[in-house]
Amino acid sequence: MEYHFTTPLNEEDVRKLRTGDIVYLSGMIYTGRDEVHIHALELAKEGKKPPLDFRNMVLFHCGPVMKKDENGEWRVIAAGPTTSSRMNSLEPDFIERFGVRAIIGKGGMSEPTVESMKEHGAVYLAMTGGAAALAATAFKKVHGVEWFEFGMPEAIWILEAEDLGPLVVGIDSHGNSLYRDVDENVAKNRKKAEEVLGISE
Amino acid sequence: MIQKETVTKVVVDLLRMASTGSPPDVVRALEEAYEREDSEVPKMQMKAIMKNIELAKSEGLPLCQDTGVHIFFVKGNLRLIPSFSEFEKAIRKGVEKATEEVPLRPNAVHPITRKNPGNNIGKGMPAINYIPTDDPYVEIIAFPKGAGSENMSFMKMLTPSQGLKGIKEFVLDCVIRSGGKPCTPTVIGVGIGGTSDIAMHIAKESLLRPIGERHPEKDIAELEEELMKAMNETGIGPMGLGGKTTVLDVKVEYAYCHTASLPVAVNTQCWTGRRARAKIYEDGRIEEMEG
Repeated sequence: MEYHFTTPLNEEDVRKLRTGDIVYLSGMIYTGRDEVHIHALELAKEGKKPPLDFRNMVLFHCGPVMKKDENGEWRVIAAGPTTSSRMNSLEPDFIERFGVRAIIGKGGMSEPTVESMKEHGAVYLAMTGGAAALAATAFKKVHGVEWFEFGMPEAIWILEAEDLGPLVVGIDSHGNSLYRDVDENVAKNRKKAEEVLGISE
Repeated sequence: MIQKETVTKVVVDLLRMASTGSPPDVVRALEEAYEREDSEVPKMQMKAIMKNIELAKSEGLPLCQDTGVHIFFVKGNLRLIPSFSEFEKAIRKGVEKATEEVPLRPNAVHPITRKNPGNNIGKGMPAINYIPTDDPYVEIIAFPKGAGSENMSFMKMLTPSQGLKGIKEFVLDCVIRSGGKPCTPTVIGVGIGGTSDIAMHIAKESLLRPIGERHPEKDIAELEEELMKAMNETGIGPMGLGGKTTVLDVKVEYAYCHTASLPVAVNTQCWTGRRARAKIYEDGRIEEMEG
């Protein structure tokens, strides 16, 4: 199935999605990677709030290349996904506390995140890694930046997307993970690879 | 004598070329992968990759937001270089200029404080490797390396008794452990022998060879083909979402090692396969090439 959604998302729409479905997203999308996760969760523990409300929003694991044009406006030069597994230990807590509905990234996330997505109604959307020019052209406007002091890749960029995709539902909100399926398949295929190499027992 | 201004200009050109386009041999291999994939998810990944390459080229945009850290190989008659300190200064100036102009993401940070100077320049970075030859030119090869693939580097001191079987097992383990994280389909460089550092160095250097070009020694060429076939049996596929193409190629290089050692190293290159090279002649003539 192919879906076109505009942010903010609602739980009902997100729960419709199944692994392997294709999604295109329009509307506001927030970038956030290692530092955003660390600092937002630190603030939450102190009873404080991060500068943006992530509820029903889309978090994009991305450290973009940005440039100010001659009018002083930020422009997206390149914005592909970063490796999501670096955020594995922080994501379940981030989803629970901030109510993010979808995460865009690459490479998938571990079982605790799959569980958290099931419990709280969120999905993981796989974007083609390295396809930064493709993504950059889908972002039509930069609405601002928070936590710029963490550096260009680690800041929260507020980006407006128009039909960002294709994104593949890698983890749905029903406990399914395409990455788990592939891992199981690879474990089975290992024997075939060993036969080719003449090293099977 | 090669002018330092020429070196700086060539470095900017090469970094622009490498960041905004995949070399022709890589594009060909990606097209073949697109044809080979026959189910929806991997085919869509390959299609997005092809479209991204077209867009990056037409818009002059970086292929990937991770424009890498900057590694150079300088190959040729090093007597044509003004002086090593002047030459390295000219390369660093080129990296700084390209970071501003292309633009490239400022990736180089202090390893402990994580402080980012913002220009991709710091102690030991860019990394410059020299390969002296008797050619009538100096060839500069730009080889920007993203973290997604460089993080999937592995090194092991095997025992000589583990032999070729141990080497094959190690490579298969590395590729399976990496999954889709290094942005598959990748090119895998395998370095066998030498010392621990040499094994990794030759693994990386082997990635400079164009896709499809086999090692000149028959046994090694056969090992490359066998490893490539085996890796593509794993079903990891483009972006680790399953499929037939996990690697575009496997390169193997070796060096003699201690009779009591068997070092083996794996270095991974993502699907972009970014590299660009230029030959500079003594009279200032420049030949620039993608890939």
